[in-house]
Order: sequence, then C-alpha cells, then structure tokens
Amino acid sequence: MSELAETAVLHEERRHSDDKTMFGFWTYIMTDCVLFASLFATYAVLHNNTFGGPSGRTLFSLPYVLVETLALLTSSFTCGLAVLAAQRGFKKQVLFWFALTALLGLVFLGMELHEFHDFVAQGASWRRSGFLSAFFTLVGTHGAHITAGLIWMITMMTQVARRGLTRGTLRRLQLLGLFWHFLDIVWIFIFTIVYLQGVSL
Amino acid sequence: MMFASFLLGRLNFDAFKHPVVTEGAAVGMVVGALLTLALVTYFRKWPYLWREWLTTTNHKKIGVMYLIVSTLMLLRGGSDALMMRTQQATSVGSSHGVLSADTFQQVVSAHGTIMIFFVGMGFMFALINLILPLQLGARDVAFPFMNATSFWLFTSGMLLVNLSLVVGDFSTAGWLAYPPLSELQYSPSSGVDYWIWSLQIAGIGSLMSGINFITTILRMRAPGMKLMQMPLFAWSVLGSMSLVAFAFPILTVTLALLALDRTIGTHFFTAGGGANAMMYVNLIWAWGHPEVYILVLPAFGIFSEIVPTFSRKRLFGYTSMVAAIWGIVFLSFTVWLHHFFTMGAGADVNAFFGIATMIIAIPTGVKIFNWLFTMYQGKIRFTSPMIYFMGFVFLFTMGGVTGVMLAVPAIDFQVHNSLFLVAHFHTMIVSGVLFGYFAGLTYWFPKAFGFKLNEALGKAAAYCWIIGFALAFGPLYILGLMGATRRLDHYDASTGWHPLFLVAGFGALVISCGVALQILQIIYSVLTRSWHRDLTGDPWNGRTLEWATASPPPFYNFAVLPLVRERDDFWASKQLAKPSNVQPKYEPFLELKSTGAPIIIAGFAFVFGFGIIWHIWWLVAVGFVGIIATLIARTGNDDAERVVSVAEIKKVEAEIVARMEHV
Ligand SMILES: [Cu+2]
Repeated sequence: MSELAETAVLHEERRHSDDKTMFGFWTYIMTDCVLFASLFATYAVLHNNTFGGPSGRTLFSLPYVLVETLALLTSSFTCGLAVLAAQRGFKKQVLFWFALTALLGLVFLGMELHEFHDFVAQGASWRRSGFLSAFFTLVGTHGAHITAGLIWMITMMTQVARRGLTRGTLRRLQLLGLFWHFLDIVWIFIFTIVYLQGVSL
Repeated sequence: MMFASFLLGRLNFDAFKHPVVTEGAAVGMVVGALLTLALVTYFRKWPYLWREWLTTTNHKKIGVMYLIVSTLMLLRGGSDALMMRTQQATSVGSSHGVLSADTFQQVVSAHGTIMIFFVGMGFMFALINLILPLQLGARDVAFPFMNATSFWLFTSGMLLVNLSLVVGDFSTAGWLAYPPLSELQYSPSSGVDYWIWSLQIAGIGSLMSGINFITTILRMRAPGMKLMQMPLFAWSVLGSMSLVAFAFPILTVTLALLALDRTIGTHFFTAGGGANAMMYVNLIWAWGHPEVYILVLPAFGIFSEIVPTFSRKRLFGYTSMVAAIWGIVFLSFTVWLHHFFTMGAGADVNAFFGIATMIIAIPTGVKIFNWLFTMYQGKIRFTSPMIYFMGFVFLFTMGGVTGVMLAVPAIDFQVHNSLFLVAHFHTMIVSGVLFGYFAGLTYWFPKAFGFKLNEALGKAAAYCWIIGFALAFGPLYILGLMGATRRLDHYDASTGWHPLFLVAGFGALVISCGVALQILQIIYSVLTRSWHRDLTGDPWNGRTLEWATASPPPFYNFAVLPLVRERDDFWASKQLAKPSNVQPKYEPFLELKSTGAPIIIAGFAFVFGFGIIWHIWWLVAVGFVGIIATLIARTGNDDAERVVSVAEIKKVEAEIVARMEHV
C-alpha cells in the first residue's frame, strides 16, 4: 500500500475516533444529569425540613444570586465564542475568550463561596438542618463541577498556547465547551428551583 | 498528641486488634500477598508484569485480570458464606457458635458486598471485556484507557474491602448499610467508611465501564453489522450498561450523602436534624433493583449464545428476546419500592409497585420459553455450559415464582426480612447470574486461553453447584415461612429450626465441593492443555464472530475487519463453500500504547479512600492532587497511539499460521 493511501486510512480512523469521543462524552453528560437529578430529588424531599433553623426565604438574597447567574451565563457566551474561534483556527482569540470565560467562572465561584461563608457565619451551616445539608450539597456539587471545569480550562489554555490548535486540543476544546454549557443549564435549574422557589415559598 | 492525630487521623494501635477468626484471615491474606510479591521478585518478573499486564490497555488482558480478581473474591465471599452457615448450624440454645455477634454481622455485610460488587460485577466485566469486542468484530473497546482505569479502580475498591480485615473493622450494617444504623451515632468505627469508599471507588469504575461499552456497541460494530444483527450477548450488554449509566450515578450520590453525614455532620439520613432515613432506602433501591438486572441481563445474553450453539439451531424469537431485554430495562426502574412495602407508603402505592413487579416476570418468562423452544428439535450436546443452563431454568423459575409471591404486598408483610427473602434473591443471583457466568466462562475459555477446560470435572462441578444450591437454599425458604429472620447469629432451640439449618450447612459444603472441583478443573486443564488445544478458533462449531478469529486472538483481534451481512453471519459463511485463497487486503490501524496512568490513578484513589476512612486529611489531599495531576499529564500526551503497520500484521498472521501447523 502506498504511503498516501496509508495516511488516508489512518486519517479516516482518527476522524471516527473523534466521533466516538463526542458520543462517549454525551453519554457521560447524561450520567451527570442523573447525578444532579438525584441531588435535586434529595433537595425536594428535604427543602421544608428546616428543623427550627433558617429557611431559604430568610437566607437567600435574589439580587446577589442574579449577579452570580449573569456572570455564569455570560461565561457560557464567551466560552461559545472561544470554541467558534477555535474552529476557525484563531489561536489568540481562543486564548482571549477562554481567559475571559475563566475570569467570569472565577467571579461566579468566588461569589458562591462568599455566600456559603456568609451563611455559615450566620449559624446556617450544613450541620444545621436537613434543608441546609441538601442546599449545600446540591449547590456545592455544581460548584465542584465549575472548579473542575476551571482546572480543565487552564490546562487547555496552556496546551493551546504551547502547541496551538492541533487535532487533539481542538477535540478537547469542544468537549470542554459542551461541559461548560451543561453546567450553565444545571445552574438555571438550581436558580429556579432552589433560589426563586426558595424565596417565594 | 496533636501531631500524631494530624499524621494518623483516628488510626491507632487498637485498629490492629481483632478476634481470632479475623486475625487468622488477615494473617493468611497478608502472608499470601507477600509470598506472591516475593515470588514475582525472585523470578524477576516485575518488568514483564509491568509491561505486559499492569500497564496494558488491551481488552482481552483486562478481561483476564478481572477474572483473576473476581475468582479470588469468590473464594473470599465463599469463605464468609461458610462461616455464616457454620455459625447458624451451631449457634442454637446454650451454644453460641464460633463467631461473636459483632463478627457475624461483619461477615454478613462483607459477604453481600463482595459477592455483588467484586464477584458479580467482576465476572460480568471479565466476560464483557473478553468477548464483546470480538463479537462486534472490533479491535478494542471505544476507550481503552478508560477501560484500564475502570479495572484498576475496581481493584482499588477490592483492596479497601479486604484491608478492613487487617486495619480496623468492616461494616456491621448489612450489604446496603441502612441508616440510621450506618450513621456515625450507631456505627462510630471505620467499618461503614470502608464500605462506603470501597464501593464508591469501584462504582465510579463501573460507571465509566458503562459509558465505555455503550459507546463500543453503538459506534464500533463491524462494517455492515446492523443493530438487529448483533449477537444477543451484545444486546444484553447494551441493556445492562444502559442500566449502569442510569443507576450508578444514583449510587454515587447515595454513598456520597451517607459519607457527608458521617464525615462532616450533614443531616440527610441521621436520626434527627430534619433528616429522612427512608430517603436513603428509596435512593439505594432506585440503584439496587436495576443492579440485579445489570448482573442478570448479561447472563441471559450468555445463555442466548450457548443454547443455540449446543442445540445447533438458530435462536428462537430473536426479536422478542431483544424486546424482552428492553422491557426489563424499562420496568426495572419502576419496581424499587417492593423492597420496602413495610415502609407504609399506603395501599395504592404498594399496589402499583406490586403489580409492576409482577409484570416484570413476563419478559423474563418470554426469554425462558424462547430458550426452551430453541432446544426443541435441536441436536443438543449436553456440555457443562448446558448443564448449568438446565440447572438455571429449573432453579430460576422457582426463584421467579417466589419473587412473584413476594411481589404481593400482603404476603411480603409476612415474610419481609425473613430467610424466605434471602432464599429468593440467592436463587436469582446464584442460579441466574453465577450459573450464567460459569457457563459463559466454560464456553469462552478456549477463545480467551487457546485450550478447552476438562469437561468431566466441569460437569461434576456443575452438578455439585446445582444440588448443593438446592440443599443450601431449599431449607431457607421453609425456615423463612417458619419465621426465621435474616442475619440471625443465634436462635432458641424451641424454634425447631436447627435440623433445617444443618441441612443448609450441608448444602454449603456440597457447593464448596463444586468450587474445589472448579479449581481442580482449571489446574488440571492448564497442565494437560496440549491435549485439547483449540487450533481452529471455533471449538464448539459456533455461530458468532468471536469464533471467526484465532484462539487466543492476536492483539488486534481481526487482521481485516469482518464484513457482516446477516445475523449469525459466521455460521452462514461456514455453510457456504470456502472461498478461494484470496490474499486478504490488510490496512494499517492505530493502537493505544500501554500506559501506567490507570494504575497510578487507581493507586491515588486508594490512598484518597484510605485517608478519608481514617480521617488522615493530608493523605486525602495527596490522593486527590495525585489523581488530578495524573489526569492533566495524561491529557497533555498527544503521543498516546502508535500505528500498527501492514508489515506487522503480516508478521503476526504468519506466526498464527505457524503455531497451528507446528502443534
Ligand atoms: Cu427489586
């Protein structure tokens, strides 16, 4: 077999492998959906069990959470721009948009941690009641995912800066984008079910 | 003092003090492990072991390693079972048997945990790894790196369970650790934490395997193979792995919440603080019931391969078999409440779950009849896999019938938590799952290792298992109806239970003979392997693609990926006249290089788990950072694959031909 034909065969196999990875990642996201669904179910069961402690109504500040939400939603937009730039091969733009995404993600995470700290200082820690255990675990699990996403993002920015937009980095950037948007959607559920309903109840 | 507690957490000298029975097992285990390590060192096999096994990403080798670990765990879980049978046969009236109440509860919990997670799941992943890619005509699974990581996480979990024999103790809260008993207040020792973290680590491995095999089946089938042309084993694995993908995240959450309760003082399932212990029971069974089908569907798939092969007939009712699998997959998420009708959810809720449970018997019944119709008018060969199948049909039907009895809430209220239930689920798991896997292992052993197992010993072992099982669990049904509850370490002589417990103990001995015969069978077959080598690659006159390649297959499985046109394509192609010797047209392909990252990740996971169990927080940090760092280093590696050239394929193919002509 000639060398040209050989590389064509391998090229086709690599393309197929990217397709596999994408499919596998979607399956992973589905399992993560089940994970969050279980946590939402736990929250739904426990959200009235305040055990004499504070309820969501007394704790949550909607304007604060709204700013937090906007930071995350904007980061999803900039992340989308980064992936678009990656597909067009604009390395500098990719780095810029991802830097902005990471910054917004850090703002979100910082605000969340500040909120947690605030609650604990008021005596409303996860030890206080079933409701607060469920609240901290659900919101905290999302926060842990965001942290993982940020570590991944920084890893990817280093890789792009060093090696440029190779086939490998491009594929991983797409997965990262998918992951980040997924976390955005989960947050919208948290915002609605935990915060909006918590305040109105 | 401060420094010591920083360094060692809550670990201290007391953790090494044990009752005699546990001490004996611990010493035996440690000596065995050290001896193995010493032998490997003495024969200078470390480089070989590292290069060929510990760093491999090849699905066949990973399958063999799963097989070894699960076999060891079968012996461990079996010893636990023997201890339980001994205790219940001797601890009556004034005699209190051989085990203390506390040790007995640890043995019960360890037996259940090990048998489900490290024997059942282990054998299942062994068989899927060994056979699935071959049946699909693929060169490996979709994500070989993740596959190796799954295996090593499974091994980490296994090591943690067994470490509890040596350092600290194991959970006394049963195999599902119901709260509030499993909460810190009532189980303050490290036992439940061992349970949580060994399952959490192994469970994440299983979840990754689920994703991996789903992708393999949906994206890696041989050219031309449509879904409805897949072998039924592949279908059953797809059903089982879909259940893994939907059920295991629930287990992950449940274990994590219990761990949070025990470690940082949350109130999910505690006996106060606005917690809800029944939520745990709901969550764990939302995973636990599907888990039963995760284990048994592949066993159904195995029988669907064995019965047609040994009846020399096409499988009866292929489409209905596939439909039955998906019926079971769907229904298995609608029945979890039958595990706790006594919760008091009310008549309507209980009726719904009772009826759903009865309905799930229908697709299972369809499968039984399809197998029997496949045998009807076939040329049946009664090999040992078929003997397991016959035992399965008989026992599993009995288990199914008692299951439908338990599905009636009114009956369940009477026999809830009794030995009747224990007998029922052992019938399902042993005759359904284990017999299926044993049959599969015998059937596919020549494919994996290149020679057949001795049939005489295999048949004797199968009969011991079937008869021993009936003797061991038949009495348990009666005892349950007489009012004997599960997990009894002692009972009064006036109950009249003693004779039946003696019979059950005798049955356990017969099963032990079966296990001894199986071990003998393997040793004997290895020693005499030159007598029954499989040179054709097709020792049983099989029907599916795994028999189309050499035994054992080359590392790439198929030199040229097979082209599939119909169901049982390999069987059909054998019926046609052999095509002339056209030189096959080889093409190069990519193979993942071996890598140490999976075993390193699992090593850090082990350190992480051990740290949390003993509250050694710096160790937790080391484990956690280690995992992340290894993953980052790995994603940065763009040189993970190598090209297998046409020249290399030609060389390996020539070796296979030479091997066949030489013997
Ligand atoms: Cu069930």
